[in-house]
Amino acid sequence: MVPLAYYLIVSALLFCLGVLGVLTRRNSIVIFMSIELMLNAANLGFVAFSHFLGGLDGQLFVFFIMVVAAAEVTVGLAVIVALYRNWDTIFADRIHLLKG
Amino acid sequence: MELVLFMCFAVITVASAALVVWHPHPVKSALFLIITFFAMGGLYLLLEAEFIALMQVLVYAGAVMVLFLFVIMLLNLKPRTTGRAEFRLRLKWSLPLVAILFGAIASVIHHPLSRLGRGTGEDAAWVAAQGGNVPAVGTLLFQQYLLPFEATAVLLLVAVVGVIVLAKREIK
Repeated sequence: MVPLAYYLIVSALLFCLGVLGVLTRRNSIVIFMSIELMLNAANLGFVAFSHFLGGLDGQLFVFFIMVVAAAEVTVGLAVIVALYRNWDTIFADRIHLLKG
Repeated sequence: MELVLFMCFAVITVASAALVVWHPHPVKSALFLIITFFAMGGLYLLLEAEFIALMQVLVYAGAVMVLFLFVIMLLNLKPRTTGRAEFRLRLKWSLPLVAILFGAIASVIHHPLSRLGRGTGEDAAWVAAQGGNVPAVGTLLFQQYLLPFEATAVLLLVAVVGVIVLAKREIK
């Protein structure tokens, strides 16, 4: 029987790695992947609490988060492709004007 | 046994997540992210969330990562040769901040709620009566959560329309 705290530690580690990625990387796609890591950390927390509380509501929340994340990925990647068309780069430190 | 499996999946998840952040090449970052998502699917299986584990592998490791890899290959990105020194510098400054953040988040294990035992309330009995995790999730989804479920359909439609507008921007 794995205690709930272990799952929460893994979730916290994943979230912090996501934050680290957003802080250190400058490639927009890698930043985006780090945001996905943070979303997944939240999902792991939801499922862990749902398991230990005995209900299923946490899993339903994760289902909805996954749907929203899928929609977010399509829109975000389209934005990155549009950025690349305007700037010929997706490195966040090279893109310095909002109204390109 | 369960603890051994948990440790395997947890180590794979965290190690490949670290490699996602660390690796200079975006394609390899994406491949490590796929490994992370698969291992998280294993963690979900250990938590008896079979439906979510399947969704994790199908939606995240499948659909989402295919999109990521497709865009990386469409843009044909090469890693920057100059960025590593700046990356190391930023890493040096970010690590203490992120360590503080980790301490703040991980302090939740001192909360009484995280010492919960396995839930055996009437909810667990209800899940067993439905015939397992997947039928129970389906029943909840199409009864109690029907309205949010329909709302996600609208959200997906909006996302599709938005992506088409963004992609067709140049054709006036």
